[in-house]
Amino acid sequence: MGPHLPPDALLSAQTSSLGSRLDSPSDADAARGYHRAMAIYLDHAATTPIRPEVLEVMLPYLTEHQGNPSSIHASGRRARQALDEAREEIARHLGAKPREIVFTASGTEADNLAVRGVAWAASAKGRHIVTSAVEHKAILATTAVLERHGFEVTVVGVDRSGRVDPEEVAAAITDRTTLVTIQSANNEVGTLQPVAAIGAICRARGVAFHVDAVQSAAFEPPNPNAWQATLVSLSAHKMYGPKGVGALYVRQGTAMLPQSSGGAQERQRRAGTENVPAIAGFAEAMRLVHTDPTDFVPLRDRLIAGATALDGLTLSGHPTERLPNSASFVVDGVEGGDLVAALDLEGIEASTGSACTTGSVEPSHVLLAMGVDPQEARGSLRLTIGRTTTEAEVDRTLVVLAGVVGRLRGMRAPAGATA
Amino acid sequence: MSRIVAAMSGGVDSSVAAALLTRKQCRRDARRVAQLLDIPFFILNVEREFGERVIDTFVDAYLDGATPNPCQACNQYIKFDELLKRGLAAYGADAVATGHYARLEHRDGRWRLMRAADADKDQTYFLWVLDQDQLARTRFPLGDLTKPQVRAMATELTLPTAQKPESQEICFVPLGDYRALLEERRGYAGEPGPIVDADGTQVGTHTGYAHYTVGQRHGLGVALGEAVYVREVQPSTNTVVIGRREEVAQHTFTVDGARFTAGEPPAERFGASVRIRHRAPDVAAEVTMVGRDRFLVETAEAVWAPAPGQAAVLYDGEECLGGGRIARA
Repeated sequence: MGPHLPPDALLSAQTSSLGSRLDSPSDADAARGYHRAMAIYLDHAATTPIRPEVLEVMLPYLTEHQGNPSSIHASGRRARQALDEAREEIARHLGAKPREIVFTASGTEADNLAVRGVAWAASAKGRHIVTSAVEHKAILATTAVLERHGFEVTVVGVDRSGRVDPEEVAAAITDRTTLVTIQSANNEVGTLQPVAAIGAICRARGVAFHVDAVQSAAFEPPNPNAWQATLVSLSAHKMYGPKGVGALYVRQGTAMLPQSSGGAQERQRRAGTENVPAIAGFAEAMRLVHTDPTDFVPLRDRLIAGATALDGLTLSGHPTERLPNSASFVVDGVEGGDLVAALDLEGIEASTGSACTTGSVEPSHVLLAMGVDPQEARGSLRLTIGRTTTEAEVDRTLVVLAGVVGRLRGMRAPAGATA
Repeated sequence: MSRIVAAMSGGVDSSVAAALLTRKQCRRDARRVAQLLDIPFFILNVEREFGERVIDTFVDAYLDGATPNPCQACNQYIKFDELLKRGLAAYGADAVATGHYARLEHRDGRWRLMRAADADKDQTYFLWVLDQDQLARTRFPLGDLTKPQVRAMATELTLPTAQKPESQEICFVPLGDYRALLEERRGYAGEPGPIVDADGTQVGTHTGYAHYTVGQRHGLGVALGEAVYVREVQPSTNTVVIGRREEVAQHTFTVDGARFTAGEPPAERFGASVRIRHRAPDVAAEVTMVGRDRFLVETAEAVWAPAPGQAAVLYDGEECLGGGRIARA
């Protein structure tokens, strides 16, 4: 590196001598800090490890059953069977009809298809969309694109706990409104939204209602009927399934303009050969997660109680109306990115809030919408537990967190090195 | 490395877009190199500090009629301060290492900043601001190597950056045109004013004083039958003074903001060699302290165009003693 360092200065901490050659891949991974024996994974909101049973279900479709479900022959029929069964399984958990499930490549794609597909299909009737300030960027970036195409978008705010007020949604709906899109739970702070109340309003006003249920589906089966939802987005890898597959529930009779063309798959709503192994794994993950008796709340509350007992750590999001596995905080006097890197080097994998915005300069749009001061919002930390998280891991995390936060704050004191 | 065609209009938007492409490339290269070397890679965001301490200071120097030192400011405030402090705190590090060409020695109870083994690549001119605390927590792994050796090692390690061309430009000034930056950060568009010779006779018109630096020869639009150079930039009157080559050479000048790597000057009056720009030859000089943070430099032979704002860096043989910024005459 020459004398010029780019503004986003790059820092690497060296753990092995330059040019050393390690014998086995696991040694090499260990040296990179990728697979530490003692690593504690507390980033289940970003993604979850695939369950062994899920992998078991997927493997045959990656090896012997390689057919294309659109093919006429036996291999194709075998793949088609897997696809049909997966669709039925997922529909069953949603209380939906199999034909109402559209498989996509991700939760983000499901969100895009819901918002673009319905907004354009209904554009002759009206061009107004209502959403909230704390939605995932998959929604907010998509509605921003539609805004540039002449749609009107109303973004309702949230209270300090991150909750949308259904009355505000009701007040935002006009004669031209065709779609309301609100998440069931926030990915960054874990706050649950009153989607059933919002759904009732939308039903009464004759407006399509989309629920991004990507973050909550692992804990509570998505329920389009109870929510009176027209569309619901899901993602497999947030529920111990594989990455690269999502789904959109589309209530029968909903007009939707496909966003990809070139194939008749998914009842002409999403062209492209279906990812059969991932879809099979998705269905198995869905089946398992909704029969899993794990109660996350006591461990989550132990984490929250321990962390908020530390000086200058406050809980963000709603104290009780939150995802059972999510603990998120604002930490005074530290940069979230520094804190997460420091925790990583101590063997604890956490997040500043959203993996999708890591590395961005701006503080979290969710925290800002909740009225958190922009400077304070830089100190965001999200710890999300999973099926295999233990009490000992939580306790160890609290000890390390206290030490690391203290060390990071210490550097803010005047240093001798300062000019 | 991928090949990217950047459409350039010459306007600020397309220039910055192209700069961002190259910066992204840098980040990807850095990440790939770290992966190959089994080094955990994190991105430390210092955009705010860099904007205030380096870019704004750079712009303000021009508006003050002086010549800025962005690389030195980046070393002083970003790499060896923000990065060092945050590195120590967040990552539990002991030191910060950079790819500068310079050496460190610990001798007679203190850290000494020494010129690089490769005299052609020596970068101590940008590092004189470091004090004992900073030097103690710094590593310069390339100090004993030459550039060809470094390239050979990169090739041997099959690093993707092995054949990457040297960056010569200031990293935040795309295409070396800083004028757009003056307008963007401080609203300075430039107002035409007189170019005058040593007698005060107007010999031309400039586009705005801050677009010129002492020692500059090109872009003056003045034809006097011999080479002329900017001798002085006067912000208060929006005037650029030019002179012939011998008129911009000086034997004495004053230096402000003195800092010494040892923490204090070797004596109240001492002999040293002085360098007033990167890669300029050193000149023997007599240095006299004027209070704690000013000194007077008297050189044995005339030095060419000492520019206000530029660093004057002092050496005792191979050791960099410190320096300061050349004051307005």
